[in-house]
Amino acid sequence: MRRAYDEELEQLHRKFYQMGCMVNEAIYKSIKAFVKHDKELAKGVIDEDKEINQYEHDLEQSCIELIALQQPVTTDLRKIITVMKASADLERMGDHAVSIAKSTIRVKGNKRNATVEGMISDAGEKIKKMGEDILSAYVEYDKERALEIAKYDYLVDSLVHDIKEASIAEMKKDPELVLGATDYIMVSTYIERIGDYITNISEWIVYFDTGEIQELNTHHTYENL
Amino acid sequence: MATQSPKMNIKDLKLWYGDFQALHGLDLEIPEKQITAFIGPSGCGKSTFIKSLNRMNDLIETCRIEGTIELDGKNIYSNKMDVNKLRKRVGMVFQQPNPFPKSIYDNIAYGPRTHGIKDKKTLDEIVERSLKQAAIWDEVKDHLDRNALSISGGQQQRICIARALAVEPEVLLMDEPTSALDPISTAKIEELVSDLKNEYTIVMVTHNMQQASRVSDKTAFFLNGHIIETGDTRKIFTNPDQEETENYISGRFG
Repeated sequence: MRRAYDEELEQLHRKFYQMGCMVNEAIYKSIKAFVKHDKELAKGVIDEDKEINQYEHDLEQSCIELIALQQPVTTDLRKIITVMKASADLERMGDHAVSIAKSTIRVKGNKRNATVEGMISDAGEKIKKMGEDILSAYVEYDKERALEIAKYDYLVDSLVHDIKEASIAEMKKDPELVLGATDYIMVSTYIERIGDYITNISEWIVYFDTGEIQELNTHHTYENL
Repeated sequence: MATQSPKMNIKDLKLWYGDFQALHGLDLEIPEKQITAFIGPSGCGKSTFIKSLNRMNDLIETCRIEGTIELDGKNIYSNKMDVNKLRKRVGMVFQQPNPFPKSIYDNIAYGPRTHGIKDKKTLDEIVERSLKQAAIWDEVKDHLDRNALSISGGQQQRICIARALAVEPEVLLMDEPTSALDPISTAKIEELVSDLKNEYTIVMVTHNMQQASRVSDKTAFFLNGHIIETGDTRKIFTNPDQEETENYISGRFG
């Protein structure tokens, strides 16, 4: 019985990883579509989100059944809780990719600014790297790596901060940019939120390893509001 | 899943011990090559019910039965049914390991011999195959001549399972097969049972709810001689339809 149970846990692990890969792909595509003004690619991201949601649904269902039928304890229990919580974070990351894709589709000949779009592209690269790293940290249950990735979140935050500043500065110079730059600000906020969800996943990897639920990156200060 | 006809089909089964009615019109389908678990508090009729599936209740004089139990569509209580053949097709393993006070080899060869197999080589093959199926071959292969009562309880129970398998039954009834065993032996038997379902239809009575949830595909919940609810184990243990099932499974009574 233990063997069948182990197989189910292993399958949970694999499915979570597959879901993570799909979400990372969606984020990457959505940012690429945004800076390349590629509406077709953006539509693809929106269509594929259904599959991501289905993955989350299946994972939750499996977790609930494992809890009910196997009465998991210790490592097994933490493994299941980690998947359950972290898959919800992944799903939200996917939703943000959809929001970015929608911004891309919404743009209708607005004036654009290459400098800010370049900055968004850079932030996108960073978040993509974080997304990939968190998945490999998860696969290896590597707590140290997870803690390190969470620390990088402030880099994303500061890039996002810069994008917002630059957008406002450009809008002041050229009011025709207002429509486009509003989207820059929104997209940068989505990227920032994706970073926060990646940090959440770090927290669950730490939980898996230590059994302790801790908040990483509570670097809220009144200065950078 | 394709709906196939059930291996055993029980219709309106009523059973009395003298004046006492133990089973009140039970209906149940037992699917082929799956594990069906019976759960319920003591005295709810699940052991009585499982015993009626291979007519072990025939041995109790005051016992009277109405209704039908079909095995592959044939009523096992009809006059045409040969009870010895029935029990070859529907084997049983009991709560207490009950090997015969004979060698391990003779325990396993007992059934095939009573069914007329005398050839030494054939018997050797049956013994080896059965012990392997019962996941105990490696532990006993070097001393098959040892008395079966001299080995541990967990091993004895697997010998009893091997003995039941030796006559190549189609259905294996297990009445609380692990309640007398330690957790390690229990885990071994559970592992074994889940492997056996590839070839056999298994019906298991258990007092251990966790065991039912871990091992079985279908669960039937018994109470006071009635089947309150039956269905997929996943469903019964996550969201049963009946409140009594919910209360029993979650430990609110029983």
